[in-house]
Parts: sequence; structure tokens; C-alpha cells
Amino acid sequence: MIKVEVRLFAYLREGRWKRKVLEFEDGTTISDIIKYLNIDEDEVSMFLLNGVDGPASRKVKDGDVISLFPPIGGG
Amino acid sequence: MGGYMGKVIRVNLTERSVKVEALDLKMAQKYLGSRGFGVKVMLDEVPAGIDPFSPENKLIVATGALTGAPVPTSGRYMVITKSPLTGGIATANAGGFWGPKFKSTGHDAVIFEGKADKPVYLYVEDDRVEIKDASHLWGKRVTEVTETLQREHEGANVLSIGPAGEKLSLIASIMSDLDRAAGRGGVGAVMGSKNLKAIVVKGSKKVPLYDEERTKEVSQEKVKILRDDPVAGGGLPTYGTAVLVNIINESGVFPVRNFQYSYTDKADLISGETMTEKYLVRKAACYRCPIACGRVVKLADGSVVGGPEYETIWAYGADCDVYDYDAINEVNYLCNEYGIDTISAGATIAAAMELYEKGYIKDEDIDADGLSLKWGDPKAIVGWTKKIGLREGFGDKLADGSYRLAESYGVPELSMTVKKQELPAYDPRGIQGHGITYATSNRGGCHVKGYMISPEILGYPEKLDRFTLEGKAAYAKLFHDLTAAIDSIGLCIFSTFGLGLPDYVDMYNAVCGEVYDEKGLLEAGERVWNLERLFNLREGIDSSQDTLPKRLLEEPIKKGPSKGHVHQLDKLLPEYYEVRGWDENGVPTEETLERLGLKEYKKYLSLATE
Repeated sequence: MIKVEVRLFAYLREGRWKRKVLEFEDGTTISDIIKYLNIDEDEVSMFLLNGVDGPASRKVKDGDVISLFPPIGGG
Repeated sequence: MGGYMGKVIRVNLTERSVKVEALDLKMAQKYLGSRGFGVKVMLDEVPAGIDPFSPENKLIVATGALTGAPVPTSGRYMVITKSPLTGGIATANAGGFWGPKFKSTGHDAVIFEGKADKPVYLYVEDDRVEIKDASHLWGKRVTEVTETLQREHEGANVLSIGPAGEKLSLIASIMSDLDRAAGRGGVGAVMGSKNLKAIVVKGSKKVPLYDEERTKEVSQEKVKILRDDPVAGGGLPTYGTAVLVNIINESGVFPVRNFQYSYTDKADLISGETMTEKYLVRKAACYRCPIACGRVVKLADGSVVGGPEYETIWAYGADCDVYDYDAINEVNYLCNEYGIDTISAGATIAAAMELYEKGYIKDEDIDADGLSLKWGDPKAIVGWTKKIGLREGFGDKLADGSYRLAESYGVPELSMTVKKQELPAYDPRGIQGHGITYATSNRGGCHVKGYMISPEILGYPEKLDRFTLEGKAAYAKLFHDLTAAIDSIGLCIFSTFGLGLPDYVDMYNAVCGEVYDEKGLLEAGERVWNLERLFNLREGIDSSQDTLPKRLLEEPIKKGPSKGHVHQLDKLLPEYYEVRGWDENGVPTEETLERLGLKEYKKYLSLATE
């Protein structure tokens, strides 16, 4: 098992929480985590793995931080 | 032809004369209006090398072809002048309602020349244009000025400066509708230097439409796109621009302590989510805006005022290491009241805090002010903001921005500026394309003239790898040109969260006439960009100023998700010049000027290389 810190932002927090350390099996992907959290992957726009955006198919490892954002903008 | 009202007011404040001139419609079409119109007037009419505070400088307030037209986000106007902060072109944009109201008087723009011998304001009610005494308003803050003038002119909209503009603070803004700011470049100080306190407008005319039916159809279609868009119709209205705090911080490009760090574990204390939960009273929309990103918040004393934008929250928050929302809301209100640019003011206080930390500013320099320059002190950001607004004590030095402050201690490199204007809320070391837009922005350190954060962080209109260089120079050019076109037609750049070039062509052509295709509109933006560049070159701002602070080029980010990166400007800048059709010194080639229909400006090319 690996420990991954998951951080949620904007609407994704609604009815959930801001951040939690969760345990997953080796080989878990960001997509798996999103599914586990009962979030529709289409609602997620940015899948940060240790601060770097990329595909949700990336595998996570022990100690990683995942930050999930819906579509947002500003400036 | 629709869109334009066809008239420009020319006010000579020295002579106290007012003339109304016909707008050259061919010229207006070629340069679109607003920003493009103003830059052309500056280049054509203002001699090179003048002091920005001299009567020779002109202050232009201009609307675009679509400002006030029944299309979404048409609430914008632009202030154009020679910047006292950068010495180059200033183009400061604001929304709200003042721009459309001004246009409803039947005028596209007003050009101020000379200098009044005592405080005045301009009153425009349809064809009636009068220079009026403003002695009773001088020294007054923005709310008092606005309320006084609205009592005198019922139903009018007010644009004014606060005390900071009167006192020629180089970071003074122009305010309209109380809390909308034409913030950057010290435009408020130019207005102050002319003894011009306010412009009060009241009108009854409608923007003429080339094709009324088509305009209605196009407008409904674009409103729907914006409402259905997950950003323009979702994240942005729900949380305001402050929704960026967490994503920028989580990406490790949220500058902390004057760009010494790029990540903080306290960001959520000042996030859009926290503002929405604890401080938001209601949302606020500008004229004909379906987005409504504006915020109205409650201050600690219970008063309800315009709330801070992302950039303000960063400048006074993380950049000063302050995570106290009450203090940030209050300084935002104070900046609006004194008429101060929130980005430059917060970033200047942050630079002062680093100068204090490093021992350049000593306790005895600030003891008399009774305020600290310690990182994280909420009382300090509030106190220094008031002193900047009034040029009191050490605030007098802060009022001229961080470059002049750091330079006075012999360390200009501690000022996080480009062309002497403070950089906004993104560390370009971890966003390479955004860095090239910082380095090359015609108005100095600026995020809104080419917002590469969209593709590099937010994934709009597509996701780009923020650390790579490939294709970024061309992308930056595209964003610069598109933004120049959107600014110049008088729409809000936030509409780009949803709309694209074909949508702007649809709206322009429906309102103004079948003038532009996509290539043509983008090229008009490119024309405006090159004209600004020529203005700057003429004023001696050459390629040596297309750079970033040394810290961002040489010191890798110390910690967080973007650790280890520097900005690779040396690789991107030559490519940017090349895609622009400029020579290796960043001077437009004759061919480029010819392609853009700017042949008449070739004379400035020789000045540029002297």
C-alpha cells in the first residue's frame, strides 16, 4: 500500500473535503483515485501530480501529492 | 457603418477650450478604436522625449467600436498616455459602466492636452461638453468625489483620480464607478499632472448598428457560449478571479516574499474558495457581462465594498507574506479610494520588505512612520497603503514604485519589474511562455496583454507544457495580437474564456459592417502591437529592456513543484523577434511595417537604431 495526499479545489470540495492522506494499492492511477472519490472525471480539468499537470492515466507512488481542479480561470 | 459614434472630444486644458472633431472612420477601422486609436494619436501628435508630466503629454480616454454595443462584455474603455512609470506607452483598461455611458454621449474618445491652472473636471452630457471647477473635490477620495459629483449631476457616471494621482504617485490609477480601475502605468498621475480630477458623463444615444438583426443573433449566440462555458459560466463567476490562488500555488509559481519563493502552504487562507465562504456579499457584473467575475465583500468594520481581484490578493498577500483576508480586503478598498494600482503598490511594499530584511532600509528610515516592514505584518500593508496614497513619510518613496525605491539603495535588481513596472502574480520561471510575454509587453511588467497562463496552466484553449520552449514564442505573439484586437474593439479579455477569434469577427462585423475576416482582425491587433513598439522605441525603450529581473533568469526556484527552474529568456527572445518580423535588435523590419500598412511610420525605424 502507498500513501497519497489528495487535495480538492473549488466545486470538487462540495460535500467532500479539502485535503486528505489516503492509502491505495501500488499501481494506482490518478483516474483510479478520481473514481474512488466518486468524482466524474469530466468535471476535472487539471490533474496535478506533485504540481505538474498531465494525463490522469499517470501512476502514483508513495508520498505523492495529487491536486484536482475543475475548469477555472481568471487573471 | 456602425459601431463608432463618429466624434472625438479634444480638450485643451491650458486654453480651457473644447473642440469636437469628426472621427476619421477609415482610421478608426484600421486601428479598431480604444487602445489602437489612442496609441496612434500618441505617436502622431505627441513629440518624442517629452516629460510625461509636462503639458505636452496627452491623456486619451477611448472606447472601442463595440463598447456600449448590445454584445457581451462590451463595458470596456482604455486610458492611453505616456507612462511616467515606464517612460513608454501606457494602455490601462477598465470595465464597469463608465465606458458605455461615455459613449452614449455620442463620442468615441476624449483627448486631453495641456494643463489646467487649477483643478477642473470635464462634464459631458450628450453634445454639452464643459470644463468645470473642481476646487471642492481636490484632495478628496474616490467615493466622496463620486458621490459629490453624482449629487451635482444626477444619474451621471464618474471617472476620477484619488489623492495618489494628485500627488503624482507613479503607481496612481484612474478609478470609475467607485471600484473599477484603469490601474497600471501611473495613468492617474498623468491625470493629476493636468489638474484634471474627474470626467462625468451622462448620455442618451445608442451605438449605431450596421445590422441590428444580425447583432442580436450574434449576441445571443455568444452569450450562450459564455454561459455554457465551464470557466466563463462556472469557475469564474462562482469564485471570482481569486479562484486562481490555489492552482497557481499548487503549480509552484505563486510568488512569495518578492519572488524569493514560489509556493506557500498558507495559500488557502487567501483563496477564492475562502473568500466565497467567508467574505463574499454578492457578485458584481460589468455592463452587458454574462460572466460577473466582480466581487462585493464585507470589511471587518461591516462596510460592504468592491472586493479584491486575484492579482491584488497576491501582491498584498503572498508577495508580502500576509495571509489575513480582512487586511487584504481593506487595502484593496484603500487603493480604490486613494486611486492606487494594487499590483504595483503591493509589490512595492513587498520589495521594501525585502530591502528591510536585507538591511538596506534601516529602522531609522521608517521609525517616524510607526509602521514595520516585516514580512507578514497585516498592519504594515494597511498603513503603508495610506501613506503611499498621501505621499506621507516613507510612503513618499514607495509611491514611485519598487524600481526607483530599490535603485535608491543601489540594488535595482531587487525590484521585480519589467520596464520599471511591477510584475503580476505568476513566477515565469515555471511558466516559460508567460515569461516571454512579461519581457516583451509594451507597457512593462503585465499579465493581461498576453495571458499565457491560459494554455500553460489552465489548459485553455489547449494544454501546453509550461516548462518547454517549443512554439511558445509564436503562441505569445498570437496572444499579444489577439488581445490587442479585443482591447481595441472594446471587449473584455475574459470573454476569451469561451470565445475565439471567429466570434470576435462575428461581433465586429455585425455591429460595424463587413470589414474583417479572421486574418484581418488578428492583423489589426498586430498593427496595434507594432505601433506601441514603435512608440517605445522612439522613447528609447529598446531591446535591452525586453528582459526579466536577474532573480528570475539566474536563481532557480528554491522549493515547491517548480523547484530548479529559471526562465530561459535568452532562448525565447530571439525567436519572438523572428516570429514578429523584427530584426535581431527587436526593431520591426520595413517589410513588417509595409505588411501591416504602417509605411508612414518607417521614419521611426532610424530613430530606433540611433
